[in-house]
Amino acid sequence: MFHALSDTTRRDILRRCVRDDLSVSRLAEAYPMSFAAVQKHVAVLERAGLVVKQRRGREQIVRTDPDAVGRARQALDELETAWRGRVERMSHLLAQDAEPDAHDPTEGQI
Amino acid sequence: MSVTSLDKDLDNLTFTLVADFAAPVERVWQLWADPRQLERWWGPPTYPATVEEHDLTPGGDVTYFMTGPEGDKHRGWWRIASVDAPTSLEFTDGFADADGVPSADMPVTTTRVTLTERDGGTRMEMRSAFDTREQMDQLAKMGMEEGLREAVGQMDGLLAG
Repeated sequence: MFHALSDTTRRDILRRCVRDDLSVSRLAEAYPMSFAAVQKHVAVLERAGLVVKQRRGREQIVRTDPDAVGRARQALDELETAWRGRVERMSHLLAQDAEPDAHDPTEGQI
Repeated sequence: MSVTSLDKDLDNLTFTLVADFAAPVERVWQLWADPRQLERWWGPPTYPATVEEHDLTPGGDVTYFMTGPEGDKHRGWWRIASVDAPTSLEFTDGFADADGVPSADMPVTTTRVTLTERDGGTRMEMRSAFDTREQMDQLAKMGMEEGLREAVGQMDGLLAG
């Protein structure tokens, strides 16, 4: 999935195929590139599990899997929450250096 | 001063964060390099970390466990890919079972951290990426099941206040 979304064309394909079920040939009309090139982009998205392809008559219909896209977003949100907390705690530890009295290990021993 | 910028790149499934600290690079490096300091920030306050092994050399391991409010223990590990003290560190991290064996069904991320001097302080840039889509899904699933981390994050804020 790593590089599945890195291309703007692929992102655009994802967006279009949330709203409508589009065939690969319909999609190909939307981009200034060959049918084969669009097909290749769809294949990358399909391998990443972000779209599913269904045969309908002679057409290949592409549909975005909103759950997969949602999971990607959720996972990145998880990292954000974890790291925001960590950075905050790092800041606090560093701030304690500036006020050594607050954590003087000899405190109360004299 | 803390988080300066943050980017969640859905395109590449990569999380990047830039933070600025009012402390020298050497000092910020100690937060990573000293296991006693690392355990004070790695886990959330409700799941404090205890670091056992701490070998910051290429191929070395860091192992730790986090203790939950019920005394529940959650093991984790890092595998160090590269280290250049006091400015850069790259490692993969994941979870492990009770015996410390890495869990295959838990997410693994690869993180690269760099520290650079900036305006008398330290800029920390970190970038975390999921190795595979399955691992990203695992983290998403964990987050939804636990519904915990957000609450913990809010508690952090309260404690800091």
